[in-house]
Amino acid sequence: MNDSHYCPHTPEEIAEMLSAIGVADVEELFAPIPAELRAKTFNLPAGMSEFETFSRMQAIAADNTQGMTNFIGGGFYDHIIPAVVDHLSGRSEFYTAYTPYQPECSQGTLQALFEYQTAICRLTGLDVSNASLYDGGSACAEAAMMALRVTGRNKIVVDGCVSPFSRQVLKTYLFNLDVEVIEIAPQKGQLDRAALAALLDDSVAAVLVQNPNFFGTVEDFTALADQVHGVGALLIGSVYPIALGMLKSPGEVGIDIAVGDGQSLGNPLSFGGPSFGFIAARKKLIRNMPGRIVGETVDRNGKRGFVLTLQAREQHIKRHKATSNICSNQGLCALRGLIFLSSVGKEGLVNLAGLNRDKAEYAKAQLTALPGVSVLQSAATFNEFTLYLPKNAIAVVALLLDKGIAAGVPLGDYYDGAENCLVVTVTEKRTKKEIDLLVKELEVALCN
Amino acid sequence: MQLIYELSVPGRRGLKLPASDVPAAVALPEALLRKEQADLAEVSELDLVRHFTNLSRRNFSVDTNFYPLGSCTMKYNAKVLENAATLFAPFHPMTALLPGGVDFCQGTLGMLYDLGQLLADITGMDEVTTQPLAGAHGEMTGILLVSAYHAARGNKAKKKYVVVPDSSHGTNPASAAIAGYEIITVPTASYGDMDLELFKAAMTDEVAAVMMTCPNTLGLFNPHIKEISDIAHSHDALMYYDGANLNAIMGKVKPGDVGFDVIHVNLHKTFGTPHGGGGPGSGPVGVKKSLIPFLPQPRIVMDDDGKLLLETTNKGSIGRTANFFGNFGVMAKAYAYIIMLGREGLIQVSEQAVLNANYIKEKLKPYYDLPYDMTCMHECVFSASKQLEHGVHAIDIAKFLIDKGYHPPTVYFPMIVKEAIMIEPTETESKAAMDAFIAVMIEAAQTAISNPQALHDAPLTMPISRLDETKAAREQNVCCSG
Amino acid sequence: MSMYFSKEHEWVRVEGGVGTVGISDHAAHELGDITFVELPKIGAVVKQFAVLGSIESVKAASDIFAPLSGKVVKVNDALELAPEAVNESAESAGWMAEIEIADEAELKNLMTQAQYDDYLKTL
Repeated sequence: MNDSHYCPHTPEEIAEMLSAIGVADVEELFAPIPAELRAKTFNLPAGMSEFETFSRMQAIAADNTQGMTNFIGGGFYDHIIPAVVDHLSGRSEFYTAYTPYQPECSQGTLQALFEYQTAICRLTGLDVSNASLYDGGSACAEAAMMALRVTGRNKIVVDGCVSPFSRQVLKTYLFNLDVEVIEIAPQKGQLDRAALAALLDDSVAAVLVQNPNFFGTVEDFTALADQVHGVGALLIGSVYPIALGMLKSPGEVGIDIAVGDGQSLGNPLSFGGPSFGFIAARKKLIRNMPGRIVGETVDRNGKRGFVLTLQAREQHIKRHKATSNICSNQGLCALRGLIFLSSVGKEGLVNLAGLNRDKAEYAKAQLTALPGVSVLQSAATFNEFTLYLPKNAIAVVALLLDKGIAAGVPLGDYYDGAENCLVVTVTEKRTKKEIDLLVKELEVALCN
Repeated sequence: MQLIYELSVPGRRGLKLPASDVPAAVALPEALLRKEQADLAEVSELDLVRHFTNLSRRNFSVDTNFYPLGSCTMKYNAKVLENAATLFAPFHPMTALLPGGVDFCQGTLGMLYDLGQLLADITGMDEVTTQPLAGAHGEMTGILLVSAYHAARGNKAKKKYVVVPDSSHGTNPASAAIAGYEIITVPTASYGDMDLELFKAAMTDEVAAVMMTCPNTLGLFNPHIKEISDIAHSHDALMYYDGANLNAIMGKVKPGDVGFDVIHVNLHKTFGTPHGGGGPGSGPVGVKKSLIPFLPQPRIVMDDDGKLLLETTNKGSIGRTANFFGNFGVMAKAYAYIIMLGREGLIQVSEQAVLNANYIKEKLKPYYDLPYDMTCMHECVFSASKQLEHGVHAIDIAKFLIDKGYHPPTVYFPMIVKEAIMIEPTETESKAAMDAFIAVMIEAAQTAISNPQALHDAPLTMPISRLDETKAAREQNVCCSG
Repeated sequence: MSMYFSKEHEWVRVEGGVGTVGISDHAAHELGDITFVELPKIGAVVKQFAVLGSIESVKAASDIFAPLSGKVVKVNDALELAPEAVNESAESAGWMAEIEIADEAELKNLMTQAQYDDYLKTL
């Protein structure tokens, strides 16, 4: 009986192969596993057909509430995905290949990743990019470890306005190392610059900030970069790639290592993954970059081609001395990011960023017109802002969820004393009608 | 081929954006704005489609070529899995973290919980976290769990080392080093696995964990694995199982039964999800009861009524290794794969993976040196040492295979085999496909004798010939400057 | 001036209390095309056989060990831009660092040119 229809052999073929090997049956091939170690139970359910499998998956998806109107972000954003992204990244020559270890038969993947690295460099205004990391959180951690190696110091200072998820990932990566992570409590949704200045000295390896930050605040870190460099530390900036259509690039700010999550570049929400992490840095830091890097070179006839380069940094060669343990990355998601950016294009990204901010500013104006509602930060914002509500935001969000509106991320779970704060995200996908409905329903919820 | 940026024409547009239905906002202050626009491509949709379609045609892939890349388990990726993953595209992960949000996400949380249960049964573990995003990420997560375990028992300062065999994947020592441990490497004995006597000598109470791949990277099952595990436990060291080679043993042996305490599983290897040209993968980590208190948060738990909840306040947890719940889309594919194949199907997967590897091993043995000549599991490792006598290296054989339409096996790994050629056919290849591959491998061996230069010149049929990797490493042109 | 060699294939040439250090022609050949040399910092104090720097080729990376204890007083900066000098002349222009020797008695732990040549035959 053929239980896995993906195993193609007929009984006759199996018999021929067994005879070629010189064993009586397949079980004999498992003889090297001592009898006393063999599995005593294996309780998986019986298999099913392709049709039944898909129906089961549909039933699981149907168990989630469909059609929620998202005003939530928190690191993942509900953006448009051009149709070409699915179609082109869905070419199985891309998605059923592996890491391009053999460059001659992998130029498709290699050139695409070189183009991706170029897009990330141009977006961030920095010199070098790798071929992707796992996600935005792990990218923050990898950048911090890079700074520890480069400076030989063991202290990381983190702005408390950085995503609490990324901060937690960073701390998890570092908890068993001899590294001190110091967090600065936010001040009205912004970096407490005085507190940071008091901490900066020549024991600090890096300062990690985020722009726009978890509250949605947009800040100018140009002066901060000078201060950080003044003590010989590196400035790491976590950035939101859609916002880079409008905001000062990390390179212009003076950031040394820019990281972020690439989900908003053509990757679906997909309950949190897969997306990709990106990392870009100044050229002199390239040898300390984690992960795979594609480089340009020539073949024997002088023809341009692309290869994985600087591999001697990586785990498969340097083992425990590698710059990172990463092997598999999120290459296909990075390819989606490249296709997204190439489809939206140079002017398009500027327009897309503008559309996000216009919608968010409209929503901000309407929402703050409600009685008792104000914005936490007087500072600039992009497509997210923090509302200060006249009552506990957690209760309000729960009420609106029942109406099919994910109204925002309440901050009470993440910051002490922020129970009345709600971060509202408005992307280009939200219509005026949806925003007006949010305003109306929030008003009702606040009256309850 | 031109770069997408070389196709770019100023002012050309590839996508129409939605028109605005709100008033334009007052611009941000100048100091916050970007001075120079990012110089992204400006191409039409058709230009874009042709570019990436033509790029894709410059790749070998499982769907176009036999891809026996050892250690990577390049099996066929069923198309229904792709369809299944798209069902979950619209679900925002933050929804589950909102107050009362789990009520709206019972399907996705339930699938993750079920996947954990299925993987726990396959591996003999008690609980699985689905958060790690790839195999190496799982390794790091697993070793951090080990360190939390030792710390909770007051042994943080004492436990300094992680032991690995010299045949291990490079990720093992790299992950342990990132998690703060020093590495002790134990050489391989003539029987093809970690030398038991040297292992015993290396073991002290300062060892935190022993990381093993079983079957190992030579494709061999270690007959001493239980003894190794008992010795490790006698020193209060935990046993870590690198699940990269799990495809060989499903239903046959459970790592948990053998004494392993923590394991990662590569869903993109064993459970049929595509490799994506390098990723995304997914590396769920299974643990024994003793490590459950340290699992990452949010942890998905089920209450007495069968409702899925998120545990987010366990102070003993190592924290978080990813922003949300892991690579959900990849896990949806793996879950569909497991329920579709079921118990008998997965057993058959391992049986035929092992059958195929042994078939290739026997057929090629007369032509290539087989340094460890014994029954293998899902992969076999040859050496090109016979061919080297004619000046032909493993890499030359690899390039010859490319000209014949085969993705080469893994070469030069494991490092303990000189001129290694590591072949993993997987269970999805037909006998006819393997016979054709075997014939080409024999042709390569014969050509090594008759015309070694032909192998040095290969490949000749690809868009490019061999590349100057030294130039790439010295010049470091990693982004288009034009 | 005579040269001394370590088992890890470093050489040292001693003159006036200062040792010039590099890797042997044999090691450079084994590594293949060298793409990067990580040099020690000037002023660094190293122990005999401790890690002094590292060297990378396209497919390999290895540490460079100090053949003698002492303080690094000079490094060959030219290698940063032109690591190929190590391939071209590992035992002269491809030198890596100069060390102010702490204890010349440590030379007894190294091999002479003749001993090293014999040692290479055993590998």
